[in-house]
Parts: sequence; C-alpha cells; structure tokens
Amino acid sequence: MKDTVIKLLLRIVVWGLVAALTIAVVVVVARLIQRNPVLFFQQVVNGLQLGFVYALIALGYTMIYGVVKLINFAHGDVFMVGSFVSFYAITRYRLHLWPASVYYRTQGITPTPEALAQAPGWTMIIGTVLVILLAMIVCGFLNIIIERVAYKPLRNAPRIAALITAIGVSFFLEYFTALGFVFGPDYYTYVRPMPVISWNIGGVAISNILVVIIVSTIFLLVLLQYIVMRTKMGKAMRASAFDKPTARLMGINVDMVISFTFALGAIFAGAAGVLYAIAYPQIITFVGIRPGLKAFVAAVLGGIGNIPGAFVGSLIMGQAEAMTIGFFSITMPSGEVLAGSTLRDAIVFAILILVFLIRPTGIFGEPEGEKA
Amino acid sequence: MIKQLRKLPSWLTTTAGLVLFYALVQLIISMGWVTEYVAQILQWAGIMAISSLGLNLVYGFNGQFSLGHIAFFAIGAYTSALVTKDWYVTWSGSRVGALSGVIALDAGLIVSLVVISLLRINTIQKRLKEAVGRWLNQFETSVLSSVVTFLLALVAIAAGGAVGWLLVKVLPPTLEAILGLLPTGIAQPVVFALALTLGSVLAAIIGLVVGQPLFKLASDYFGIATLGFAIALYVLLQNSDKVIPTMKGARGMVGIPIWTRWFWVFICAALVIVAMRNLIYSSVGRAIISVREDEIAAKAMGIDVTRYKTVAFTIGSLFAGIAGGLFAHKSPGFLHPSSFDFLKGFDPLIVVVFGGLGSMTGTIAASVGWAFLLEGLRVALPQGFENWRFVIYPVLLLIIMLLRPQGLLGGVEWGFLKPPKVQPRTTGDEGE
Repeated sequence: MKDTVIKLLLRIVVWGLVAALTIAVVVVVARLIQRNPVLFFQQVVNGLQLGFVYALIALGYTMIYGVVKLINFAHGDVFMVGSFVSFYAITRYRLHLWPASVYYRTQGITPTPEALAQAPGWTMIIGTVLVILLAMIVCGFLNIIIERVAYKPLRNAPRIAALITAIGVSFFLEYFTALGFVFGPDYYTYVRPMPVISWNIGGVAISNILVVIIVSTIFLLVLLQYIVMRTKMGKAMRASAFDKPTARLMGINVDMVISFTFALGAIFAGAAGVLYAIAYPQIITFVGIRPGLKAFVAAVLGGIGNIPGAFVGSLIMGQAEAMTIGFFSITMPSGEVLAGSTLRDAIVFAILILVFLIRPTGIFGEPEGEKA
Repeated sequence: MIKQLRKLPSWLTTTAGLVLFYALVQLIISMGWVTEYVAQILQWAGIMAISSLGLNLVYGFNGQFSLGHIAFFAIGAYTSALVTKDWYVTWSGSRVGALSGVIALDAGLIVSLVVISLLRINTIQKRLKEAVGRWLNQFETSVLSSVVTFLLALVAIAAGGAVGWLLVKVLPPTLEAILGLLPTGIAQPVVFALALTLGSVLAAIIGLVVGQPLFKLASDYFGIATLGFAIALYVLLQNSDKVIPTMKGARGMVGIPIWTRWFWVFICAALVIVAMRNLIYSSVGRAIISVREDEIAAKAMGIDVTRYKTVAFTIGSLFAGIAGGLFAHKSPGFLHPSSFDFLKGFDPLIVVVFGGLGSMTGTIAASVGWAFLLEGLRVALPQGFENWRFVIYPVLLLIIMLLRPQGLLGGVEWGFLKPPKVQPRTTGDEGE
C-alpha cells in the first residue's frame, strides 16, 4: 500500500516535470511562429535550401571518412574549385548558352546575344546541367590527383599525418587558386547559368533556385544510394569501409576503391559548389571553408560514415541555422542587440555539442564502445 | 672536467644552462646584433612553444584529439589584455576594476567547482538511484537525477557567485591601495604577472568545465566537439563589444600595453617546460601516458581514466592561456578574433605533429623552426611573389609529412628533457 503511494507520488512529480518542460518549449516555439508565421515558413524554405547544399558536401565527407577514416579538410576547397570552374565556364566560355546556340543553329537562326537571352527554358536547363557536370568532372579528377599525391603514400602512417596533409592540401588549394593567374584573389559576383524566377506563395518567396537544388540533390542522393547499395563497386566500398585487410584478401583492389570514393565525394562537392554559388552568388577562393566545415559538422551530427545520417544531419543543420537567423535575438542591458545572424555559428555548434552529450556518436551513429 | 660536471646535481646544471641561454639571447637582443624583427619572431616562437607543449600534453601524451586548443589561447589573451589595458588606460572607471573583476570571476568559479566536488554529485546520484530504483523505470530515474544534479549545480553556482560578488565589492580599494604603494616600475610587472596568471587560470577552469563532459566521446568526435567550442567562442568574441565595449568585437581590441619581452617569454617558457617535464616523469605523467597507450588496460590497472584526461586537458589549457596572455601583449598590442579562428587553431597541431607526438624536445624545436620558416618565407621570397608564401608553406608541410610521417623527433628527447635515470637506492625504497 505504502509502496504504491510512493510510486504514484514520484511518478506524478517526474512526469509533471517532463510535461512542464515540454509544454514550455512548445509554447515558446508556438509564440514565435504566431508572431510572424510568414517569416517562419520563409526560414523553413531558406533552411531547406541551405540544408540540401550541405547534404551534398556532407555526403562526400562521410563517404571518405567511412572508407579511409580521414577527416578530409580539403573537401571544402574542392567544393570551392567547383564553384570557380563553373564561374569561369560561364563567364569566359558561356558554357550555359551552348545548348541554346546549338538549338538556334539547327533552326537556321544566328545566335546573337539578344536571341540567346530569349532562348527557350529547356535549353537553359540543359545548360545548367552542363555547367554542373563540368564542375563535377573537374572536381572528381582533382580529388583523384590529391588522393594519389597526398594521401596514398600515408596509407600506413599514423592517422594524424594524413590529417595534417589534408590541412596542407586545403591551404594549398586556397592560396594557390588565389594567385592572380589561377582564379584570382578577389570576391567575384557569380553569374547564374539561368534566370531566377521567384514565386510568392502566401507571402513566402520560393525561387527556382530552391527547385534546382532540391531536384539535383535528390537525384544525386538516389544515384549514390544506388551506387553504394546495388553495384559491385558499392559493395567493394562497403567491404573496404568495414575491414580493409579482409577486403584485400577477398580480391578487392582497395586502392582503386579509395580512389573511386574520393572521386565520388568530389563529384558531389563539385555539384554542391555550383548549386551553392547559384544560391549565394558571391565567391572567393576561401568560400569553401565555412560551408565545408558546417557540412562536416552535419555529417558528424548524423553519425559520420552513415549516408542517410549525413542527409538528415544536413537538413537539421540548415534548419537550425535558418531559425537562428530568423528568430534569435537578445537585447543586452546596454541596448545593443545580439542578433541571430551574427551568432548563428555559435548556436549551431552549441547544438552539436548538446547532441553529442546525449548521443556521443551522432544521431544515426553506431555506438562506439571503446575507441580502437 | 666534464666528469666533474656530471657529478653536480642535475637541477644546478639545468638552472645554470637556462640562465646562460637567457643571458646569451638577452645580450644578443640588447646589443642590437639582431633586428627587432628577429627578436619578435623569437618571442613568437617561444609563445608557440608554450601553447604547443600544452597541446602535446593533451594530444601527444594523453591521446585526446583536441582541435579546440586555440580557444583557451584566446581566453588567456583576452582576459589578460582586459586586465592590463585597464591598468594602462583605465577603461572600466578604475584602473584595477578589470583586475578585481577577473580575480572575482576566477575565485567564484573555483569556489563553485570546489562546492560541486564537495557535494559528491556522483554519490548522491547513486544513492538516489538505489532509493527510487524500485519504484521508477530508467528514464524516470534519469529525469529525477538530472533535476537533482541541476539543483545541486545551482547551489554551487550560487556559492561561487556569492564569493565573486563579495570580492568585487572588497577588492578594488584594497588592490588600489596595495599597488599604489609600489613604485610604477614594480607595479607594472606585478600587474602583468597577475594578468598572465589570471588569464591562464581562467583558461584552465573553462578547459576543465568544457572538457569534463566531452571525455566520454571517442577520438574524432572529441576533436569535433572541441572544434565546435572553439568556433562558438570565436563567434562570441566577434560579438564581444556588445557585452564589454572595450573588447571592440570584430573591429579588434586596441590599446593593449606592449609588455611582452624576451624576459617574460623566457620565464614563462622555462616554467612551462620544467613543469611539463616534471609532470610527465611523475606518477601522474605515467598515468596520463597509459591512457593514451590503452584506455581499457589503463582502466584495468585501476587508473581513473576520466580524472587523468581532466588533469591533462586542464593543464594543457593553462599552458595555452599563458601563451595567449603573452601573445596579447606582443607588438602591436592588438587583438582580433581572426587570430583565434579555427584555421589558426591548426598551427599548434601542425607544430606538435611536426615535432613528433609525445616529444617535448620536438615540440620546442618545431615551434622555433615553424616561426622562423613562416617569417623567413616573407623575407626570402622575391618582390612580387609575396602571395606565394602560403603556397610554399603547405607544399613544405606536405613534403615533411610524406618524408617523416611520425614527426621530426617522435619519441626522442634531448638533454634535460630525457627521462631521468632511475638510480637504485641502497635503502630498498622504490626510486623515482
């Protein structure tokens, strides 16, 4: 009898606390949304845009980590190379207009600049795809070279040596491409390969950029899932990630698999570079640092080495960042305002640390008992 | 002659060597045989050595992959700069205002930590679990125990806050009186030494508080979590002007007195090196190394793994704080958050890996080499090729890593830093 009463009382206390906390959180969130619902949905859209680009970068990080257990700090810079290659392909060689001019020629019309500006929409889409493909191919080859030169000789060295070379490669890509005869040291305004069309749905602005990003990311994600899960190469990748010596014994060419993984990761980074520059059209050779870092954090958040985890982590990251920008602000006693837009990185990383405290290996990460 | 020298007690020869080295370099600097520029690089090398030794303790000796070392460097830099800038140009209304404020903060935090350890939260949690375990399931128990922990932490923070508040009220007039008695020539170094100490103690406390909950994370995850802390701190520093206007946030803090001299760098470096050497070759040091070698085995031998991770991380942060304080008062007396962003955070890591993980000699040699290499490239590159500095630097980095992936002096120590020989004693005691 006494036992039941104590149990009941304790339960009431505990669940009361949990309920109070939950209600408090829900009420705060609901108040924020209620205060400005249009802003809320706009930030959801912006967060999606950011999250999908992060996802493309994060996939490369997570794949490479899964196979070689290397935090490839140069990944963000490969992403930057993708942006710049597409930028120069567009501004110098007008690559995005090639399909249109081919189309006009078959019609017997001279492709003047005025005519090209009026080109039908589908030629624009093909042009954009061409630009993205070019960036993907260049980045893929670049990463194969990087892997061969910088990481392969260190395959049996301590892991930290490869990490330091990754930092070195990152510095090299940033500063070498900033030289005048490579990409140049300035900020450049990116020229989009297609015109921006914006729709207004109940006050929330949605542009075709978001559509392009979501469609290409989902397409690439499905492709990746197919490669990793359904092809022989994917099977070899998974085997190498699981146990390299045994994979080698089974006749898998592990070096080939690693090169392939690096190429695949860079292909995604190249696509992300173009999409990111389309969405946020200002580029410099250091542009890859921040998105690269955040995408990496997103991959860790989802559980590094786990492909769906990287995707989910990126979406969370995008939303967290967008919501911080939209809704976070503290007014200091001095009257100064600490706005979310300046504090977003701090809050995003605070979230990361909180997630770690609850799930030490990320959301989808396999629990790691003791480190090897 | 040399044989006779060998017979002298080692501390005597070491001290003599250090003093001689100090005097020699001081002579070279005072006589103007090298330019002020070279003297600056030497200071920078010493600062880098202090900071990197801290990281080597955390990563090289203890095996904790920390990417957030730069955060503690930044804490030491900004804290000490606030204190000395106040003494120098009085930004807070009283020239010891910041000094007493930081003392109060440090003391308050230490009191809070002491109260927390006195409260024995672990024991209380265990008792609580035993007491209510038969009525509640695991989730409910953990909710209850987190609430209790939270309340206990509040008690501790309140105690620390009370002490801090008291000190803020009491200290300024007292300090003003004491420091007023001293002639300026003496008061200034005293303030500088206090500022360095307080900054590094704050860095150590924050290292303790931040590190503690993260030690359960596996290697790479720990690295990312500490990196996250460093970036969060960087962002806060950029917005610091909204809390303390004189820190000027992203515009950069100016008006810091330029007090760092070869003397200060040398004293701090010597203290850090001696302290580190004695720590590494003590029983605590052996425990720290055992955690790196094999955590499970260390645990099986009865070593409190979390405790030694905490010790290493706290002391590592302390060293970073000292280095940060010296860095802040280096010419040109200007602090900007971009000196502490995560790319700069790789510098000590590069130095530690270059020198060889777990080698103090290597770290010291590598930091000198690193500082002179980076600056030397500035001088050596011909006109029009200045932008090539950071193109050549990573190439050199790559070449060195490819040629010597274990670092220059991995596992090797020279001279004074060699492990002391164990002399068998006739009394039969275990010799140290």
